Amino acid sequence: MLVAVISLACMGAIFGIVLGISSRKFAVEVDPRVEALLQVMPGANCGACGQPGCAGFAEAVVAGTVNPSACSPGGLSLYEKIAAILGTEVSDYEERKVAQLLCQGGVGHARMSYRYKGISDCHAVLKKFRGPKACNTGCVMQGSCSRACPFGAIQMGADGLPVVDYYLCTGCNKCVLECPQQILKLVGVSHLVNVRCVNTDKAKEAKAACAVACIKCRICEKNCPEDAVHLVPAGNGSVAVIDYDKCSNCGICAAKCPTKAIDKIPPLSEDVVLEIKEAANSGCEHCKACA
Amino acid sequence: MQDYFIIIVSAVLINNIVLSQFLGICPFLGVSKKLSASLGMGGAVSFVLVLAGAITWAIQSYILKPFNIGYLQTVAFILVIAALVQFVEMVIKKYSPALYKALGIYLPLITTNCAVLGVAILNIQKEYTLGKAVVHSLSHAAGFTLALILMSGIRERLEDADIPECMQGTPIALVIGALMSMSFLGFSGLI
Repeated sequence: MLVAVISLACMGAIFGIVLGISSRKFAVEVDPRVEALLQVMPGANCGACGQPGCAGFAEAVVAGTVNPSACSPGGLSLYEKIAAILGTEVSDYEERKVAQLLCQGGVGHARMSYRYKGISDCHAVLKKFRGPKACNTGCVMQGSCSRACPFGAIQMGADGLPVVDYYLCTGCNKCVLECPQQILKLVGVSHLVNVRCVNTDKAKEAKAACAVACIKCRICEKNCPEDAVHLVPAGNGSVAVIDYDKCSNCGICAAKCPTKAIDKIPPLSEDVVLEIKEAANSGCEHCKACA
Repeated sequence: MQDYFIIIVSAVLINNIVLSQFLGICPFLGVSKKLSASLGMGGAVSFVLVLAGAITWAIQSYILKPFNIGYLQTVAFILVIAALVQFVEMVIKKYSPALYKALGIYLPLITTNCAVLGVAILNIQKEYTLGKAVVHSLSHAAGFTLALILMSGIRERLEDADIPECMQGTPIALVIGALMSMSFLGFSGLI
């Protein structure tokens, strides 16, 4: 009995000492700041920052190879937390961006050439005579962007067009890459006026294809007090485009536009923005990745 | 010399630790999804197996046997294996963080890997000398790595295969393991 206890105790002690020494020798130094950053990261691992997940982003931020504002789900609130952890100033922060659909030609506005019954996928429908719409540049309404959105921010509306929930949208760019028509665009949340048409056809054809098309009348261009909206040559024609750097959100062009191709959205309510920020402090970014 | 050859062939092919004796199934199913990870796991288990084989042989011969406390075999061997696994974990964490992440929970689980304890006990049961015990452990480690590599090679191909939904993941892995085990039965007449 005594021998058994002593011999086992000796073995345990020897192994313990060896392990103790080797743990000193093979100690891995982990930067405590990386751990601290991981605590405040959204944890959605969406990859919008271009890094392999939130852990990769945290390491890259500490290493200084990536800008903390690159995390679009985290937004400004995360940037402030990162700055607090790293002891840096909040500067060169880029405004939160949301996806805007540059098309209003839903059911009732756009003229259809045929009725599509097939796979519900934008890429597939475009293979059939460039989509069922008479307009070849607009949204084909099959919801590929909605399925691509990891945050559930895009729902298909009653008129068949995708509707972006600006509060849920994190500007991760997935829908922009998915859209085969390339009519989703990331725009800063403070920009409220958008030309929601990319049809470059002449007025007659454009108007015949869609009731809310840009008809190149230049009324917006003439009425803009900031010289922000211009008819820009594109494709085989031209289309009105807003310079977001100059636009002051006055909305005159949206009011004057005869086809209502330019539209002004109501600004995001401060209450809801605050609500999201508070939730962010609790660690939940409403990304719905857990659902 | 012939003895050693027989030990090697028998341990690697005929009495393969995973496919014939069904020890160490946990990492066989768990870490066989990627070839690189299974190579790392094979290396880690091999290291633990060989060192544990040598150390447990020494403990059996110089402590347990002289003091006549053979009943402590399991406890003492597990102590050795657990300490070794801790050591391997530290080394891998230091020198290959990527491998450390790929192995995940299966690395500390080598502690309770019955392949390691099984080989250590087999060494004693067969009354090998130290040299034979080390060769025996090494061959079993090679057999374990071989089984893991074969399995991961098949499972990498399976990624592209059209498998019915109910069979995806572990079910198809178990079927493959069974088929591999049956094919290894073919080696039984070798010696």
